[in-house]
Amino acid sequence: MNRLLGLAAWAAGLLFFAPVAWMVLTSLHSEPDAATNPPSLAAPITFDGYAEFFDSNPWPPLINSMSASIGSTVLVLLLAVPAAYALSIKKVEKWSDVLFFFLSTKMLPVVAGLLPIYLVAQHTGMLDNISFLVVLYTSMNLPIAVWLMRSFLAEVPGEILEAAALDGAGLVTTLRRVVAPVALPGIAATSLICFIFSWNELLFARVLTGVVAGTAPVHLTGFVTSQGLFLAKVCAAAVVVSLPVLVAGFAAQDKLVQGLSLGAVK
Amino acid sequence: MREAPARTEPGPPARTRRLGAAARWARRAPLLPALIFTIVVTQLPFVATLVISLMRWNSLDPANRGFAGLDNYAAVFTDPDLRGAIGVTVLLTATVVLVSLALGLGLALLLDRGFAGRGVVRTMLIAPFLVVPVAAALLWKHALYNPEYGLLNGVLTWLFGADAPQPEWISGMPLLAVEAALVWQWTPFMMLILLAGLQSRPQDAVEAARIDGATSWQVFRHLTLPHLRQYLELGALLGSIYVVQNFDAVFTITSGGLGTANLPYTIYQTFYQAHDYGRASAAGVVVVVGSIVIATFALRVVSSLLREEVRG
Repeated sequence: MNRLLGLAAWAAGLLFFAPVAWMVLTSLHSEPDAATNPPSLAAPITFDGYAEFFDSNPWPPLINSMSASIGSTVLVLLLAVPAAYALSIKKVEKWSDVLFFFLSTKMLPVVAGLLPIYLVAQHTGMLDNISFLVVLYTSMNLPIAVWLMRSFLAEVPGEILEAAALDGAGLVTTLRRVVAPVALPGIAATSLICFIFSWNELLFARVLTGVVAGTAPVHLTGFVTSQGLFLAKVCAAAVVVSLPVLVAGFAAQDKLVQGLSLGAVK
Repeated sequence: MREAPARTEPGPPARTRRLGAAARWARRAPLLPALIFTIVVTQLPFVATLVISLMRWNSLDPANRGFAGLDNYAAVFTDPDLRGAIGVTVLLTATVVLVSLALGLGLALLLDRGFAGRGVVRTMLIAPFLVVPVAAALLWKHALYNPEYGLLNGVLTWLFGADAPQPEWISGMPLLAVEAALVWQWTPFMMLILLAGLQSRPQDAVEAARIDGATSWQVFRHLTLPHLRQYLELGALLGSIYVVQNFDAVFTITSGGLGTANLPYTIYQTFYQAHDYGRASAAGVVVVVGSIVIATFALRVVSSLLREEVRG
């Protein structure tokens, strides 16, 4: 029975993984080999799909995605860390109400603000500009970051903070010696989650960017017109664009769930 | 709990209330940048959407701009496309969330037991969730669903030879095609949340029940499921919040055609292609109202988790 359940788990794992494996395999085949029925598993391996993808000049979109994701992650941390401090260590009054306000903004669908945001971008000349995406991605990730950072900072034991205060440690010393060691892994996890969300975002990027500031997901949608004629190239593109998230995600699976569930599941 | 001892600061229980105005503002200061930023970037646009939703405003006809009252809302609820989009959104969200939750529960239960290679299986199961959503949608559309050389029909050919049925997945069952791709992406998320739930289950109660002769089903029904309830709710509600907003899969797999346009896609189209700002905004407000209903439940679930943390 146990053996059977183990086998079932393996079967399910292979089934869910199959499309990903197929994506990688197809990206490594020549276009004619990629587009056969039945599929050819044993076709020779070639990197032509990748070569073609890199011929499509993907560097500007990849660099745009990198700048938007890293830029907004840095901005999120600059705003979220002090806020979390005010919500967990030196608590403001009504801290839980403030926390719920942040969370509630995450539940507001982004389409509901899309048009005014577009109009603002249009009138301020910020259309097709990465800095504008950085601001939007920051607002998208800030609620999760505040919530997560608070739950990490709340793990700093109160007794240690009191002891530090009694020993006459100032704010900077307390932050550096007591808070930082506990909070740093949390900051790392929060950054990773913000990075992934920004990297994946399509709707804002699609509406607000174009020639100059188009991100990697927008560049990917450009392949839709090639209707499977270049299947290996499409798969190569999908692999390259997903790679940063796959690597980061595997490295921090548990933290990812915690972030996605807004810190509610530890 | 974190109040300083009475020695250093008098009046421990009510200390926060007795802080002077200056001290209170000093406490608020670190919070304000994040708070102001969030209000400006997320709340103001929504207020603007609310205002625009009451206006007659098509950017192709700028002269005819004016107050429209509830006309746009009437249009949202009478326009068959927009009404259809409401139905699609509800159906798509409910199907994807419930199916991925059920599959996620099954997988979490399988993975909760020890077996050879559990780590590998877990990693394989997480992979779908880590493929960039647009890339995943492209993968399903071109590499899996394509009727001529997609993997699905290829497998059918393997199994049944040259006479195998070769269905047109996307044009034959468009909504199901979008749902299957989304279920594939969301099941791992549900599994991870439920697995965290299973692993936080108090083992001594399970052992005690087993000693008392409870069957596996009884343990599951009376111990595991009640414990998992909170996690199931959390997964369902977070899943709903994300899937309601789905744009990538609908945009990529069917381009909203064949009756798969959900509200986010329709709003995108109404304003981006039809340039009807008023109507797009009214549809946006409708999405928000729907989301508030879900969010109210979501906040209640999360707040119960938070209360537990405060108590503990």
